[in-house]
Amino acid sequence: MTTIQQPGSELPLQQLESVVIRFAGDSGDGMQITGSQFTMTSALVGNDLATLPDFPAEIRAPVGTRPGVSGFQLQFSANDIHTPGDAPDVLVAMNPAALVVNLSTLKPGGLVVVNTGSFKATDLRKARLETNPLEDGSLDGFRVIPVDINQRILDALADSELSKKDKARCKNFYTLGLMYWVYSRPLETTMEWLAVKFAKKPDLVDANQKALQAGYNAGDIHELFQGRYEVPKTDALPAGTYRNINGNQAVALGVVAGAQLAGLRPVLGSYPITPASTILEELAALKRFGVITMQLEDEIAAVCAAIGASFAGCLGVTSTSGPGMALKGEAMGLAVSAELPLLILDIQRAGPSTGMPTKVEQSDLLQAVFGRNGDTPMPVLAASSPADALEVTIDACRIAVEFMTPVIFLSDNFIANGSEPWLLPDLDTLKEFPVEFATNPEGHQTYKRDGKGSRPWVKPGTPNMAFRIGGLEKDTDGNISYDPDNHQSMTDQRHQKVQNVANTYPPTEVVGETKGDLLVLGWGSSKGIITQATIDSRQAGRRVSRVHLRNVWPLPNDLDEVFDGFKAILVPEMNVGQLARVLRSEMPHHNFISYSKVTGQPFLVSEITEKIATILEN
Amino acid sequence: MSNQATLTKKDFQSDQEVRWCPGCGDYVILSAIQKHMAEVGADPSKVVFVSGIGCSSRFPYYMNTYGFHTIHGRAPAFATGIKAANPELDVWLVTGDGDAMSIGGNHFIHALRRNLNMNVLMFNNQIYGLTKGQYSPTSPEGKKTKTSPMGAIDRPFNPISLALGANGTFAARTLDTDSKHMAKVFSAAHNHQGAAFVEILQNCVIFNKDFYNDTVAKDVRAEKTIDLIPGEKMIFGTESEKGLRVNGWDVEVCSAEEADVWDPGTDSSAPAFLMSQMDDDPNLPMPLGIFRQVEATCYDKAVNQQIDEAVANEGPGDLKELIWSGNCWEID
Ligand code: SF4
Repeated sequence: MTTIQQPGSELPLQQLESVVIRFAGDSGDGMQITGSQFTMTSALVGNDLATLPDFPAEIRAPVGTRPGVSGFQLQFSANDIHTPGDAPDVLVAMNPAALVVNLSTLKPGGLVVVNTGSFKATDLRKARLETNPLEDGSLDGFRVIPVDINQRILDALADSELSKKDKARCKNFYTLGLMYWVYSRPLETTMEWLAVKFAKKPDLVDANQKALQAGYNAGDIHELFQGRYEVPKTDALPAGTYRNINGNQAVALGVVAGAQLAGLRPVLGSYPITPASTILEELAALKRFGVITMQLEDEIAAVCAAIGASFAGCLGVTSTSGPGMALKGEAMGLAVSAELPLLILDIQRAGPSTGMPTKVEQSDLLQAVFGRNGDTPMPVLAASSPADALEVTIDACRIAVEFMTPVIFLSDNFIANGSEPWLLPDLDTLKEFPVEFATNPEGHQTYKRDGKGSRPWVKPGTPNMAFRIGGLEKDTDGNISYDPDNHQSMTDQRHQKVQNVANTYPPTEVVGETKGDLLVLGWGSSKGIITQATIDSRQAGRRVSRVHLRNVWPLPNDLDEVFDGFKAILVPEMNVGQLARVLRSEMPHHNFISYSKVTGQPFLVSEITEKIATILEN
Repeated sequence: MSNQATLTKKDFQSDQEVRWCPGCGDYVILSAIQKHMAEVGADPSKVVFVSGIGCSSRFPYYMNTYGFHTIHGRAPAFATGIKAANPELDVWLVTGDGDAMSIGGNHFIHALRRNLNMNVLMFNNQIYGLTKGQYSPTSPEGKKTKTSPMGAIDRPFNPISLALGANGTFAARTLDTDSKHMAKVFSAAHNHQGAAFVEILQNCVIFNKDFYNDTVAKDVRAEKTIDLIPGEKMIFGTESEKGLRVNGWDVEVCSAEEADVWDPGTDSSAPAFLMSQMDDDPNLPMPLGIFRQVEATCYDKAVNQQIDEAVANEGPGDLKELIWSGNCWEID
């Protein structure tokens, strides 16, 4: 850390490599907006960053209570970073509940910016606190910046015509302004965002902009902080044009792009469910791309309508989360039996049952791979980050149409709502996979297979090609057949077809040495965390490499060989060891060590490095 | 329709052997539909039959058109996707009382509410045939079956009332023993722009043989039923001597001269609902024919119109522009 004296300022400007900041407040305090604005501004400053939104399932849990706390953590850095950070350096706490819920994660000696205006006796009672944490020694060992934001916002907006209540609602922008000052961020991006956001309500634009500026000025007039910090632009990111993207936005773009590459119209059948609803919302806004979105009466209707659209010659897509997946199972089986393309987007959340809808988990893997009646094989892919979600969605579209099969795409809450800088792709490099519908009745059979094991696709409306298909077992002509040998053969053919998908994967990439003591095998959203943990472990001299699985099913053909290079394979998962179970049954001769975490929170880097250390030291 | 007007009923028969029980009412319905298709000069390559699960749901395999035999109760949802994806297709849904009113009740009402431009043929035999004789959601109270040995205690659905309650724009009832009546109703349904629901009373000769004979057997039909014909007086009876009229909130029997003229297109569906509820009154005839026929926006058209509008207003989507939208920054 270097200290630079800023010209014209008495306060030292310290350069930091990375900062982890967590904004926490009541769910009505606008912490998600505050966090995402800080993210956007940091991105434009040129930092690398990663975010972790963490909010309650209730839209408005009782004000001031612990269950009502909403948090947004982000790490911004001058270096290449992979995670939102294990422990915050800075906690911004808007009320007592937000303070006590988050304090334990803060780094020792960390900075606490606390809104003292919300620490009255009633506030403490709502947070079930008997003593005031500002006074009872709870904050010993932390640097505390007390600011009565409630009062300051009223002072700052003294001239405004707004009601007292509306003025109070601007306090998150005051707070944001304050933090912009501390970390030397420009105000323009947020100023502009406010102007657009409240375009129809000029008094709100004015008040919030004033609040932002007032917060910034409060820092500037030296009354609160001992110094300012700067996190310089990163040079770790490759050159190019960037924007921020979250996972569900990326999926929506992926659906549009994938369908274009296939030359098909995408048709989404969906039903609102946390955390997948925003995919439906995003795609509903893209009608000019020819996207049809249908909000159906339930999860089952949603997948059935999507299959109907595929039957009619479009690319059927359905978006959901775990409970919806359970409901869609029978219809997915029909798509397997009828052999129609279908994209099933499962944005996983913590289960079982309703579970914890806004918390992260990877516990739908076995449901995705096996969770249907009958022998019903289906390719399963998993995205590893928000930006990766675009590429994986496109690849899922490719597999669906090339192999005439439903494909499951797995994401989770961490990817869906988390955002990261996204290097905008060169669209011209995306490979097309245009669908050719069968139109020639000569020699045509409904289930006649090509070299990949796929069948022809006929679009209803085509003359002289009429067919009847369904969920009953059929023969090659598509006619119902209960013939024993035919059922054996068709079952084998469906399995072989899905196995053949693995022939289209690129070689498995091992990051680190291809031989070593331990391979960390991850899938899904823990990629950034595992990446950092393996980097740290290698720096500590350990012979650790990593592989991240995009294709969860069928498994890559070369995986067995990759595993041969390692004494043991550590499989960290936010479930009770589902991928490890699959691997053990497929490749029982390797030594798999399952590492399970199901707290509704992502792994910490330190948890993985410690696990690696424990394994290698024993 | 198409220029293939020379097609005959036979051209709509597939090469598959029909496998319903001998004497099953489904045969005549199949034949009536094939005949109707030939008569209107339908183009088989534009027609899709969609079904769920049950005896009736084998129907698509026997039509020489496109067909999708789906899963139990969900046919309306598949049909929604097909029709939205390609509104040009002439979509026919074939379902039964169990498929549509029980496991698929939710999809049934929503398809009618959305008013997809398709035809919904519900074969009502008041029993589960394919699973061998359990009571269905349209079985009358007291119906003794293997799963209701002491008599069914469920109150049955009245399919027409349900369709009206779901805001259906077309509801009609016909009879498997009357090919002429079926032809008339199918034509009206096919011409209707919107979801046309047709309940077909269908004889399951194995598990619920002649269940409807008290009302529709030849010797009693004239007295026990009335044909609702739009724009005509509501008249019934062996000598066509009786009529129906609406008096306050009730329907009552009157002389043929005093009968009201039937209008299935009133703003409110209340008159149609009154008619549908006559089933429960032993002193009134059971209506067949067209209960309701009104115009409303079709979902499949509207979905595609919104896309045309978006393209007209915002221009066709450009993926590159979309990806490059929002706050971008350069790193060099
Ligand atoms: S069981 Fe009844 S409905 Fe089914 S085919 Fe036989 S007669 Fe027809």
